[in-house]
Amino acid sequence: MSGVPGDPLEGLPFARSRAVERFEELMFGPVRLEELAEQAKNETRKNFGRTMRLFAPLYLSNECVNSCTYCGFSKENPIRRVTLTPEEVEAEAKHLAGVGFRNLLLVSGEHPREVPVSYLVETVRRTVDLFPSVAIEVAPLKIEEYRQIVRAGAEGLVLYQESYDRAAYAEMHVSGPKRNFDERLGGPERGYEAGFRRIGLGVLVGLADWRRELVALAAHVSHLMKVGWRAQVTLALPRLRPAAGGFQPRVAMSDRDFVRAICAFRVTFPQAGIVLSTREPAKLRDGLMELGVTMMSAGSETEPGGYTGVGKGRLHRTVRGREVALEASEWEGAEATEQFEVSDGRSAEELSLVLRQRGLDPVWKDWDRALAE
Amino acid sequence: MATRVSTTKSWKIGDREFHSRLLLGTGKYPSVSMMRAALEASGAEIVTVALRRVDLTGRKDPQADMLEEIDTEKILVLANTSGAMNAEEAVRLARLAVAAGLPKWIKLEIHPDPRYLLPDPIETLRATEILVKEGFTILPYIQADPVLAKRLEEVGAATVMPLGAPIGSNRGVETRAMIEIIIEQATIPVIVDAGLGAPSHAAEALEMGADAVLVNTAIAVAEDPAEMAKAFRMGVEAGRRAYEAGLGPTSRTAEATSPLTGFLDE
Repeated sequence: MSGVPGDPLEGLPFARSRAVERFEELMFGPVRLEELAEQAKNETRKNFGRTMRLFAPLYLSNECVNSCTYCGFSKENPIRRVTLTPEEVEAEAKHLAGVGFRNLLLVSGEHPREVPVSYLVETVRRTVDLFPSVAIEVAPLKIEEYRQIVRAGAEGLVLYQESYDRAAYAEMHVSGPKRNFDERLGGPERGYEAGFRRIGLGVLVGLADWRRELVALAAHVSHLMKVGWRAQVTLALPRLRPAAGGFQPRVAMSDRDFVRAICAFRVTFPQAGIVLSTREPAKLRDGLMELGVTMMSAGSETEPGGYTGVGKGRLHRTVRGREVALEASEWEGAEATEQFEVSDGRSAEELSLVLRQRGLDPVWKDWDRALAE
Repeated sequence: MATRVSTTKSWKIGDREFHSRLLLGTGKYPSVSMMRAALEASGAEIVTVALRRVDLTGRKDPQADMLEEIDTEKILVLANTSGAMNAEEAVRLARLAVAAGLPKWIKLEIHPDPRYLLPDPIETLRATEILVKEGFTILPYIQADPVLAKRLEEVGAATVMPLGAPIGSNRGVETRAMIEIIIEQATIPVIVDAGLGAPSHAAEALEMGADAVLVNTAIAVAEDPAEMAKAFRMGVEAGRRAYEAGLGPTSRTAEATSPLTGFLDE
């Protein structure tokens, strides 16, 4: 297909389905963007109505055993770290419920000692009474571990492959368990087997040639929809933002191409959820509201304790696996370090207002725990 | 204030009498005020609400207060179990709905597939059996499957709601051949649900003898939902009037000028 170098599905266990071909045609073929946008808008309306689902991320911990060139939490970064206690997680969750959210995403760095599965189970248990819908975004787990988290009440799993390009993946993931490409690739299917009802796939745009990444993501979505036919599949293509460690995106994707990609995914997979985070600027987020995006976060903080300030007293650095106290001068006004810089800093209330002005109804609750107890 | 009495005869689900033959969904609207306006304009006496969108804990959650927008004096709220993947989940939701103060009327939707939202016939039959025994009035959303329709009737379903086309597809009565058989065989009301994209589709279903239709997407995502609701109301009334008036027979071919059996008259 024109414009895509090499075979984007090489080395991946996904078929080149009709949907993948359709995606390539829409993304790289002679299609006028305005016409594609029109189609995307129509499909979104038909399948999701004139609504927007809202969710909030809650960061549990920024401890991490991985070294990844693009991530602020990367282990060698001398950042301020903390793992919230279950009580502190509950305090953050209460705050978010008070703001209005009913759909929560628990996010954490990978750290088997600081963030064991038993801890994740505990945080899910403590948040499901406040939120009808709870999802997790953590390192890939074994099927039995996923089952424990499902039993605790979580119904959503978010696990982005980051990059489907094995060479780029190996280069960006310098050390740590995350280097295992296939372990991660199989995570969504294990999660499905374990009983998750909503599964989120994604790539981080900026790690490798985005044209190949998008085709691979389309193939993964198509594959998961077939083998995991009971799951609601969502997808996201966050464009990398500058982060601690000095990362700058390697392969930039223009706004125009980004919008085209959202529209092409929408038309190819009319019923897939498409998630847009606060990494993107307000103007772009507003424009995309009607063109395919179905789930947005707002007012997000991407550091543990970011909403209420809990956990501040235990901030530290982690050097070669050991906690190191902050220097006295570093305590002044200190918060844990964020994963990435939020670009759209509007609150949930402000975003709701914009949605309404554009004729979209903000949907907070779209799930009930009774469905999968 | 729109009048609720249509000129056609009333009909019943169980012992309850209705005049409007248009049922509405409440999802996908751009705002609650537009939903309210559409309900008003449609003359609907039954609206369905997804239980997963409302608060079932009794906390009166302001972030999930759609029920507050519906005048339950005039309109029957038909809770639906959308999101349920199997009979157990649907039964649990139905019981919670009653506990939360909703009527004991349930639109049973069990779709394990979140993409096309196609109903699972096996789980739907199981859940209907359980809930009917518990005294619920059950309106099951089903494939246009005449045998399943009869099986549901046998276990006490109050209606059957066969789909015209996949939910949200706006494609009309694509299952026409099967719905004709369902209507022919039914002793309970048949409500065509899902896929109706235009008032003419609704009229078609009523002309065929369906007792009512349920419409959501086509109205909710219209530029002017209230106007579209009114148009559907007119389509439904036109279709029902035509059905009651007795549609003339249709013929696929022109009458031959030299009939093959003309020799009989010679």
